[in-house]
This record gives sequence, C-alpha cells and structure tokens, in this order.
Amino acid sequence: MKEEIIIQPQEKQYTTLNLGPTHPATHGIFQNVLKMDGEIVMDAEQTIGYIHRAFEKLGEHKTYYQIPTLTDRMNYCSSPINNMGWHMTMEKLIKCELPKRVDYMRVIIMELARISDHLICNSVVGVDTGAMTGFLYIFQWREFIYEIYEEICGARLTTNIGRIGGYERNFNETAWRKIKHFVKEYPKGLKEFENLLMRNRIFMDRTIGTGPISAERALNYSFSGPNLRAAGVDYDVRVMTPYSSYQDFDFIIPVGVNGDTYDRFMVRQQEMWESLSIIQQALDKLDKLEDKTSFHADVPEFYLPPKEEVYNDMEALIYHFKIVMSEANVPKGEVYHCVEGGNGELGFYLVSDGGTTPYRLHFRRPCYIYYQAYPEMIRGGYLSDAILTMSSMNVIAGELDS
Amino acid sequence: MAEKATIEQVITTLNEKFGESIVSFEQQYDFPVFNIKKDKLFALVKFLYDDEQFQFRYLTTACGLHYPDAEQPFGMMYQLHSLTNNLRIRIKSFTVATDLQFDSLIPVFLGANWMEREAFDFYGIKFKGHPKMTRILNVEDMDYFPMRKEYKVEDETRTDKNDTMFGRIGNDQVKV
Repeated sequence: MKEEIIIQPQEKQYTTLNLGPTHPATHGIFQNVLKMDGEIVMDAEQTIGYIHRAFEKLGEHKTYYQIPTLTDRMNYCSSPINNMGWHMTMEKLIKCELPKRVDYMRVIIMELARISDHLICNSVVGVDTGAMTGFLYIFQWREFIYEIYEEICGARLTTNIGRIGGYERNFNETAWRKIKHFVKEYPKGLKEFENLLMRNRIFMDRTIGTGPISAERALNYSFSGPNLRAAGVDYDVRVMTPYSSYQDFDFIIPVGVNGDTYDRFMVRQQEMWESLSIIQQALDKLDKLEDKTSFHADVPEFYLPPKEEVYNDMEALIYHFKIVMSEANVPKGEVYHCVEGGNGELGFYLVSDGGTTPYRLHFRRPCYIYYQAYPEMIRGGYLSDAILTMSSMNVIAGELDS
Repeated sequence: MAEKATIEQVITTLNEKFGESIVSFEQQYDFPVFNIKKDKLFALVKFLYDDEQFQFRYLTTACGLHYPDAEQPFGMMYQLHSLTNNLRIRIKSFTVATDLQFDSLIPVFLGANWMEREAFDFYGIKFKGHPKMTRILNVEDMDYFPMRKEYKVEDETRTDKNDTMFGRIGNDQVKV
C-alpha cells in the first residue's frame, strides 16, 4: 500500500507587486503596491505625487492672467475646459457679464474638449482589452479637434485658450469651417468605433462587472463626472449649476447602473453624442443671434487688449500696462466656481485679498478625489482587470498631482 | 416629493442649533460661509449629513488655510453640497498654531481621507482619527510645510542655480 502524502496547510503567502510608477500599462506615472494572491489582487495602495508641480503655491505668486497656463497642465486631455473654468472664476469675482455669443463660443470649445477627453479614455480602454484598431482610427478625430484649437489659439495640447472676459480674438473662417466639418463627419467615425467595441463579445466579457462601485459608495467618496454617473447618480454640474449659458441647451445626462468599467465606457460614449448635439445647437443659436462680431466682454480693466490697439491707442496701452504690471483692481472676496470637466466637477476656490496675486488658490481636482477609491474597486479582481479599471476611470496624472 | 429646502432654512436652522458655536457668518458671492468653532465642526457636518430635509451628503472639497497675522492663523475650509436640494455651503474653522488638530471627517465622508492628508502635507494640520496621517504629494522626508505663507516658492538656500540672467535677484545685487 502506498503511503499517503499529507500536505500540511501552510500560512498563505502573498506576493507584493509593484505596478508602476513607469509602466506602459498605467498610462502615466502611477505607482500601486499590490498584494497578490496568484493573479487576484488582495489589496492595493497607491503612491501619488510623482509629478507634483506645486500649482497651488505657484498660483499664489502669479498674477491672475498668468494662471491659465497652470490650469492647462492639470487635465491635459481637455485643457480648454480648465482654462475656461479659470476665466469664469475670475469673471465671477469681478462680476462681469459676457455676451451670449461668447458663451456659445465657449460652449463649443468646451464640448469639443469633452469629446477629445472621452475619446482618449474610451479608445485606451479598448487598447487595454486588446483592441488597437478603434484607438488607431478614432485618433484622427482627436487630431482634428487639436487642429481646431490651433486655429483659435495657436496651441494644441496646453492651449491657454481664451482670456478673462472672452476670447483673445474672433474665430477665423477656417475655424468655423473645421467645427462644422467636425460636427458633420465625426458621427461616422464614432459610429464605426462603437461598432467595433460596444457589442463586441470579448470587450463585454472583459468589462462587464469589473471594477464596480455602488452609487452610495461613489457619493461618499465624492466621485463626480462620468464615473459617478456610471454608478447611477445623475449629477452633472452643467445642469445643477449652469454656467456659460448651459441652461439654454437641451441635452440628457446618461447614467449607468452598476458603476463598472462597461458602464463608464458607455456613459462616456453617450456623452460624446450629447456633446455633438450641444455643439450643433450652439452653432444654430449663433446663426440666430444678431450679434455676429463680439468675442469678449467690455471689461478693459481685465481683458488684455489686442496688440494692434496697444501700439496705436493710448487707452489700450494704459490698460495693457496695468494688466501686465498687475495693477488692475481685483475685488476682495472668496469665490468658488466649478465646471463639468472631462472627469467631473473641476472647482476653483480663490481667495482674493485685493492684491496682485491670489491669496489662496485651491483646485478641486476630480481625479485626486476619486482615485482614492481605486483599491476598493479592484480588490478581489484580476490584475489585468485592475489595469482596465484604472484606464476606464480616466485618472490623469497631471490632474491627480496638480 | 417633499418641498425643497432653501438656503435660508439651512441658515436659520444652523443658527438655532449651533448658534453659540458659530463665530461668524457671511455671504461670499453665491456661498453662505459659516465660521464654526473647532470642537463643534464634526457635529455640524454630521448634523447636515443626517438631516432628512437638508441631506448635505456630498463633500465637494476641503483645503487648508493660513492667515499668519490672524489670531487663529490656521484653518480648514469644507464645502458641502446637498444634491437633492441643490444647495451649497462653505464651512470654515480656525485654530491656533499650538493646537493644530481637527476632527477627521472620514466617519462621515470617505472622500475626506486624501483631502485631509493634503492639508497635512501642505499646512501641517493634523486630523484626529485619521487612519494614515502621512504626506501624500510631497516627499516623505520633507521637513517643512510648503503652503504656509512663510515659505518662499523657491528654496532660498540653493546654490546650484545662477539666477542673474532671469531677474530673480534684486538689481543691487547684479554685478555688471
């Protein structure tokens, strides 16, 4: 008779795995120390701050018109929204009313930025499930959106678009033509992208049920944006606290049910369609407006005048000098303004003591707040799903670390 | 559905319930701002969270504050949002440098975790009951709190940079 081999149960051994900080799968500088049981993630701990650039401190030492360049570098996938958010915060502080035309022009650019943000996020979710094609083809549209920015402000990624009080210049003919072309042609590209992924068996198997979070937990973690909406809460800043005339537009807020990767993907996908419809509505509204020329509000104390005027007009020269030497009279007070950024509620808390720079500047960065919940969302799942969850949450390193 | 609460109701109720602990109240643009004594901060937030009518169940943001010349130089700012009533409120609380500690809001809002760590990282404000009171964005061996007003943007002790060409030092120091 063979002797039985009895294996003594030993204490369970876990593996510690460093995911990141620089690993192609994490799309940015994130480090996660994972406690693994085979392929299952038992626990995780994030280390952040690898690209911390002290924006809040720098903000206290920069004049008001220099700060948009800091905001660019937060969520660099949709920097125009950040820029506009800052301009609107300042406009709230100085109580400046904008012409409707400027509001609608801002809406167009912000919605384009939202599309480019969601488009990157969703196509990268595709790449992480092994579907490179969608990413490759849809990127020509992101490129096209960047060309539109380029027509308007000359920059592509870190745009510094617009000024306090409006835009630096009117949109040129090419810009209008490109926006119209985008609205007309993009649906085809987006439809093609959807056909590739939305009902794809492999994609659905990989994404449904991975990285879920309940609505209650998401709210408690202060989630916002598409990630919160995927969990089933219809909180959208554009509807709750309308800014830049969003109340004039007709659009729906897509919500998910399970808060998993598939829901996040679908919410973003649907939001792109809504953004397109908003851009179309804005174009129609602009057509109907009598005002065809104004591109900034009448606030000479804060709005940087065009260079031709500075060289030829005494008044403009004085204002230019005052703004650049930061001698404009900024009122004292505290103001908080929030916009619906690509990732959620992007807030600017500004304390002004009437001086040349903000006394205190705090950015509410949606990424920073919802990335806290990441360990909870990946616990008990596979490592490959953890990577997918991260890309579907759209954690942007620049925004995370400020 | 019950009628939505108004911000006036919130202000009246808070004045009734916490009247003695409210140091000051002001309206800053579209925000009512309450300055509350430190020991009642947690109770106030908990009350606003639990109240069936107000339901302030969303912590928008929190950050540290520093006013070096004030009697109580360090403070925290919290912004709560009632999604059901669409009301927003800002709560501030101040303390002296020798007692730099607030109650942690984590029992009410999980999201407060990193916001409080950020305040610790940049201002050195500690939170009672926080599970992991360590630096979050800055390096761990940093020995100062960079957002305090006394710290300059650039480290003044650095000798490896020559700033003569960039106008960072006074004109009197420039050698021609």
